Parts: sequence; structure tokens; C-alpha cells
Amino acid sequence: MTTLTTESPAGASAPAGRRHRDVQGTGRLAVLLLSPTFLVLGLVVGYPVLAGFRESLYTTGQSLDANGFVVQGSQFVGLDNYTAIFHGDRATAFWNAFFNTTFFTVVTVTLETLIGVGMALIMHHAFRGRAVVRASILVPWALPTAISGLLWRWIFQADGVANAILHHQVLWTADGNQSKVAVIIAETWKTSPFIGLLVLAGLQMIPQEVYEAAKVDGASPWQQFVRITLPLVKPTLLVAVLFRLLDVLRMFDLPFVLIGAHKDSVQTLTMLAWNEATNLRYGSAAAYATVLFLYIALVAYLFVKLLGADIIGQARQHKSRKAAA
Amino acid sequence: MRALSVSRRTLPYVGIGAVVFFCLVPFYWMAVSAFRRPSDQFANTLLPSPWSLKNLTSVFSSTNGFGRALLNSLVVAGTTTVLTLIIGTFTAYALARLDFRFKNALLAIIIATSMFPGISQLVPLLKLFTDIGWINTYQAMILPSLGFCLPLTVWNLSVFFRQLPFELEQAAMVDGCTRGQAFRKIIIPLAAPGVFTTAIIAFIAAWNEFIIALSMVNKKEMQTATVTIAKFTGQYGFDQPFGTQMAAGIIVTIPLVIMVLIFQRRIISGLTAGGVK
Repeated sequence: MTTLTTESPAGASAPAGRRHRDVQGTGRLAVLLLSPTFLVLGLVVGYPVLAGFRESLYTTGQSLDANGFVVQGSQFVGLDNYTAIFHGDRATAFWNAFFNTTFFTVVTVTLETLIGVGMALIMHHAFRGRAVVRASILVPWALPTAISGLLWRWIFQADGVANAILHHQVLWTADGNQSKVAVIIAETWKTSPFIGLLVLAGLQMIPQEVYEAAKVDGASPWQQFVRITLPLVKPTLLVAVLFRLLDVLRMFDLPFVLIGAHKDSVQTLTMLAWNEATNLRYGSAAAYATVLFLYIALVAYLFVKLLGADIIGQARQHKSRKAAA
Repeated sequence: MRALSVSRRTLPYVGIGAVVFFCLVPFYWMAVSAFRRPSDQFANTLLPSPWSLKNLTSVFSSTNGFGRALLNSLVVAGTTTVLTLIIGTFTAYALARLDFRFKNALLAIIIATSMFPGISQLVPLLKLFTDIGWINTYQAMILPSLGFCLPLTVWNLSVFFRQLPFELEQAAMVDGCTRGQAFRKIIIPLAAPGVFTTAIIAFIAAWNEFIIALSMVNKKEMQTATVTIAKFTGQYGFDQPFGTQMAAGIIVTIPLVIMVLIFQRRIISGLTAGGVK
């Protein structure tokens, strides 16, 4: 205590000088602290994405040249890998995968959002049993996607429990529209709780007084939900939905395990690219991956631009928003 | 009037019941199926009758190599978690505490990398690792996993770190600690719960990883548990051995579920930290 008081006169003049020194030191310190992360991300994400783009302009393996001679090794082919995607048989496969990817994304994210918001509202209004819900809601999230794929494959077996309950013989895991439904159900089950959790956190930040004021003004529960809850929970919900969107667009594990590889009805763009890569056609695989990359970037851009999902802002404006609330 | 109040009192419980039912029933079915006898695998009774541990023991039969797969998963997920925490802690600290130019842009880049589709990272790495002979090695699975674990970690931690009382750190520096000392003696002990939560979330993410492990490894001894289980082959030809797979799924998931049950509060605050705060 004594040291503090004796030092404070000296400390009073120090801040100005220290702050100045700090700003200069801070930049260097920041570079030092940030560089490992950027080095690693550059190596394991940045480099591969760029290399993938370069790879997509080459073709590897054996091929026949114009004179019918076998050509070995990697060859520059320009945009051939891309034009190949959009022509002939490959075009059918591509557009099929593109449609599946988009279809899964739109349907599952819509369902997840509805169920997730419903779950969040239920949890928000529950006073007892919260711990039980909280624990059980984390189970689908913690279950590995591949295992949940197997689990649903088991449920959707021809003589499995789903058919026993429905009293119908549906061949869920065969190739067809029913397998799309199976994937959608499994995906929705696994990820709605995630949206539920995020939205619940958003709900808990809405001050109770707002609702009390609305009640005094005679707002019905539905009006309260539409006019107060939704707008105030919107920033959180948008971030959750964006996360889900970008995650479903790259879906692989679930259809791969639940239905299987090379099944047209559930083939996603990632699966298509993966098939090419495992057949050592890296150039064409990289072309598919690049197309998917651009598609995801476009969706993210449009989502952020049109709906104003502000991801960093969520972190950045923490203080100002708290003050506003 | 009375009917209304009764329904108002019971409705939340009905809702809660519905949520719990929704989340747990498929998982329950997995557990029940794991404890049936292989001979009545297709029975649809709510409880196994009679109970049997045969599926659980056949998981560990030597042909499956499941023990080794669990070890592989532990090595890959564990190393990924440790590396990502070591690297991510410093970065998150800088992002939460220091003021410097381009901070938001850098944070945006880090978050954006986590949204890249895994496949556009995987294809070139697969080719590279094939060329340098890294196929069937741990590092071939760990390094790509850092690509999605590190952004997650940095973001989570930076949100946690921002909530810490940094006046204490300043006070320590006024009292003569260096910045490093202040970080080590004041911030790290306070940040430990956040770091711990982030570690759990990163570990679960790495443990559940599938496509990287599937692509980078073609030797059975190096497969991780998620891949091994998906590739289990039946005793009798082409039958998919669901009982064994459900049992293996339970074994792989139980540690996660126990972790989740113990640390549910922290995990939820960690998961939602990125979204709302």
C-alpha cells in the first residue's frame, strides 16, 4: 500500500510517455504474436488454395496427345479442366452435384433455423429442467458426423426402425429422392441444436423490461415475438445461419457415410471433387474445388451484403452494443 | 381460466420434453442397438432383450484394429489441440489486447479461412503429401486439421480474453512487471477457464474430423476411429455390421458425452462466445 502511494506521483507523469512508447512497441509485438498463426494458416490453407488454383490449370497422369502418343506427367491445359466440367457427361454430373448442394443447403438451413429458434424459445421459457436440456442438446453436436451418418443409416435400413414406425417399406439408403430426405433429416437433427444454442444466447441478452413495456402497451405474444424478439435476436441468428450455410455447402461426411459414394441423388460438390482426387485426377478435382470455393465465397459475400451479417462486428462492437442495450 | 393456467404451467415441460426427445432418441437407439445380441440385431423392442456385450467385445476383435484407431485419433486430435492452443493463445491475446493497424482485417482473414471449403485445401495437400511421402503419417492429418482448428481457437480465445480485467495487467505493469510477466502471472491464470473450454471444443472438432483422415491415410493401422468405424466389415461378407458399428460409435462418443455433461456450461459459453458477444 505504501509503495503504491509513494509511486503514484511518479506514475502520474509516466502514462503519457509510456503510452507513446507502447504504441511503437505494440506494432512489433503484434507482428510477433500474430505471425505464427498466419504462418500456419498460410501453409495449411493459403498455399493449398492457391496451389489448387494452379493445379486446376494442369492435367496429370497419362493422356494421349493429338498424334496418339502417350504423354506422361503434368501438362498445362489452361482452362480445359473448367470447360470439361461444363460439357457432356461431366456437365450432367456437375449440375446434379451443384443442384444437390444448393438443395441441401436451402432445405436444411431453413429447417434448422425453424427448429433451432423453436428450441431456443422453449429453453428460454423453461425455468426447470434447463440443465437436462442443455446437456441433451449438446449430444447431437458432440457426436462425430461420420458416426451420426452410420446411426441414421442403421435407422433407415430397409428393415430398420424408421420403416417399422412408418409401416412402409422405403428404401431410404438406395439411390433416389428418399435418400435426399434421409440426408436432410440426419443433417437437421445434428445441427439444429447448434442454432438453438446460439439463438438462446442471443435471447438471453434481450432485457426483460422491453417485454414488460410491450405487455403494458397491450402487445400480444405473437406481436412481441415478431416486433421485439426477432429483430433483437437477428444479429445472432444471422451469424448462426451464415455458419450453417457455409458448412452445409461443403457437406461431405454425412451423405458419404449415410448413402455412399457415387450415388447421384446425394452427390455434393465436395464429394465430386473428392472422387476425382482419389482417382488421381488432381487437375479436375482442383477445378471442382475452385468452383465450390468461388460459390461459397459468393454466397458468403451476398449474405453479408444483403442481410448485413456482421461477424467480426459481433466481436468488435461488444462494448458499444452492451452500452446501447 | 383454470384450463389456461394449467396448460401454461405444463406447456414448458411438454416443450422441454420434445427438445430432449428430439435430441436423444436417435442416440438412445444407437445405445440400445449396441447392447443387443448380434442375432436379434433387427429387433425393434425398446430395450435389448436379452442384454448382450457381444457387439462391444467384437468391436475390439483383432480384425477391426479398433484399439489402434482410438490411439491414432487420440494422437491426431490431441496434438492438433495442443499445437492450436500454443499458437492461438498468442494471436488471440494480441487481437484482444493490443491496438494496431489492420486488426479487424486480420481477424476477418482468420475467420474467413475457417469458412474455406475443406476440399480446396485437401486436393493440393493430398498431391503434395503424396509427393513427399507423407501419406499414412500423423502429420499429414494434423497439419490440415490445424486449418480449421486454429481459426476456431483464435476467435474463441480472443472473445474470452477481451472479457478479462486487463486493468489488473496494467496494475501489475505499474508495479514493475514486464509485459511478459504480467501476461504470465496475471492473464494466464485468469484466462485458464477460457483456454480450457476452447481446448475441449477444438479437441471435439479434431476428434470428429473425417474427410482429411479418410484421404490422407490408406493403411488400416493409421486410420483414425471415425474412418475405421465407417469401414468396419462384417463377419459374413457384405453385411454391414451395424451392431458392431453402433457399439463402436458408443465407445467413441461416450468420452465426448461425458466431457459435455461435465463441462456443459463452459462449452455452451464457448460455442456462443463467437456468435453473440
